[in-house]
Amino acid sequence: MPLHNEFDSIASLREALRARRVSARELATSALEAAHARADLNAFLHIDADLTLAEADAADRLLEQGAQAPALAGVPIAHKDLFVTQGWRTTAASKMLAQYKSPFDATVVSRLQNAGAVSLGKLNCDEFAMGSGNENSAFGPARNPWDPDAVPGGSSGGSAAAVAAGLAMGATGTDTGGSVRQPSALCGVSGIKPTYGTVSRYGMIAYGSSLDQAGPIARHARDLLELLDPMSGFDPRDATSLEACDGQKNEPGRIHAQFVSAAREFDAAGSQPLKGLRIGVPGEFFGAGLAPDVATAVEAALATFESLGAERVAISLPRTELAIPTYYVIAPAEASSNLSRYDGVRYGHRAQQYSDLGEMTSRSRTEGFGPEVLRRIMVGTYVLSHGYYDAYYLQAQRVRRMIVNDFQQAFAGQCDVIMGPVTPTVAKRIGDNREDPVADWLADIYTLGVSLAGLPAMSVPCGFGGSGKPLPVGLQIIGNYFSEGRLLALADRFQQATDWHQRKPELA
Amino acid sequence: MSITEHDVNRIARLARIELSPEQSARAQHELNGILDLIAQLQAVDTSGIEPMAHPLSAHQDIHLRLRPDVAWPTHTEAERKALMANSPARHDSLFLVPTVIE
Repeated sequence: MPLHNEFDSIASLREALRARRVSARELATSALEAAHARADLNAFLHIDADLTLAEADAADRLLEQGAQAPALAGVPIAHKDLFVTQGWRTTAASKMLAQYKSPFDATVVSRLQNAGAVSLGKLNCDEFAMGSGNENSAFGPARNPWDPDAVPGGSSGGSAAAVAAGLAMGATGTDTGGSVRQPSALCGVSGIKPTYGTVSRYGMIAYGSSLDQAGPIARHARDLLELLDPMSGFDPRDATSLEACDGQKNEPGRIHAQFVSAAREFDAAGSQPLKGLRIGVPGEFFGAGLAPDVATAVEAALATFESLGAERVAISLPRTELAIPTYYVIAPAEASSNLSRYDGVRYGHRAQQYSDLGEMTSRSRTEGFGPEVLRRIMVGTYVLSHGYYDAYYLQAQRVRRMIVNDFQQAFAGQCDVIMGPVTPTVAKRIGDNREDPVADWLADIYTLGVSLAGLPAMSVPCGFGGSGKPLPVGLQIIGNYFSEGRLLALADRFQQATDWHQRKPELA
Repeated sequence: MSITEHDVNRIARLARIELSPEQSARAQHELNGILDLIAQLQAVDTSGIEPMAHPLSAHQDIHLRLRPDVAWPTHTEAERKALMANSPARHDSLFLVPTVIE
């Protein structure tokens, strides 16, 4: 068992590291051993012990400074292979980039490194982040630690699986339509997608640029705060990075300060810490498609919030179902544009045989991309093509505004946060829906609207379901723009009252 | 309205994707399924609604930043080499492609 699992939080691990009761090198060594021992999960795509140990040794030197050491010095984490890294290969889980070595680090990677975190390597995901089960990886599916025959979710499947199996203290993920929240829910760990624009997309391999946002996955809300706060902040190298969040500077410390202030407010309220909090529960999230086991766990979580003083308010998000076609026009459109850069010239896969430049490009792309990526490129090309642009792409952008307005209407007068399920069911079995790719798309129903609106949202473990081995259920907590710190404080209250986040899968 | 074989080949050509006849037939079937899904959007009355490109544009003023119009430091030889090391075919500082004009 990796040494870091003896610590129930990043904060307690930090204390031990600063007191030199444990070293970053010891932690890294044991975590690398565990990663190799659990190769069956296929959570990691690339491990390089020399690179990791060099980072650990650097962290140990910083830790000589005791309390002056950076906040995450020595904390073992790992990165979704959608973030470019110097040293480690960067593949986006695609054959297209199987040999790619980035000449620079993504901003998220360098920020966490500057905070002292030690990277254990690169984590499996769906190819170019397109998928909901990690089955679209060119390097094989990652497995769910609760049941190796089940998917870990996706696209950040390796990230969620690694945290659930205790292989890393935390992991980075990316969320375009639910790719942080959904695998977190299916693996029984916690994850947050912050407001669009708060975390830099620089060096995050592009999928749908008006939707893509990075976020951390960890065991609980307090560890998410430790990771998200230093990850966030304005970055001039990302054109959509925000300089200000409701008038406050977008910089590390903002989310932390909001968490502390909300936590203080809850403390002051005594036995009913959440008194006055209005939780909007959209009826559309509890329709016919919701499995009874998921509904039961989510209802129990809502009851826990009520016992903490919160009030439940029925709301409506009438365009919940329309979020599916809207997303599956906008995201593929942006993907078809973003992925046009893979032409086999400057980097990426190049076919062996071709007769001219055009054939070289098209053959390289066909060989390099997997079926789901090709499918989305085709859909995106179609909706952007002459004669269809207005009918599909612009129409989807109009419906996107209506979806955003629905959320804003709810937040304007009816509720402070919105809660519901993350997924309609627990994790499906690996291989299910193989003949029907659209079936997986429909299961994204509860996460897509939030992504289209750019709102912050998280998933926290809230119970178990399933008919065989118990499989985790996640509660989705959606906040208004820039309320990440408050969401994490709310989730933390829930986790003080429950122990779902402490459950661990039996090690096979 | 459904997507024909001709449409599929046109889309593939625009997307620079090479499809075998079997792949083309499967793509046609799949795209028609997807078209059924996204066709729901046609029924929505969006009159008077502006298309939204940036999700936060309804919440706060969003303007795309332009970087200052000044020269940036030139990359070093070592950086250029690291960048070009990913190219499948190169010669000195050039990316190699098949001959375009004889």
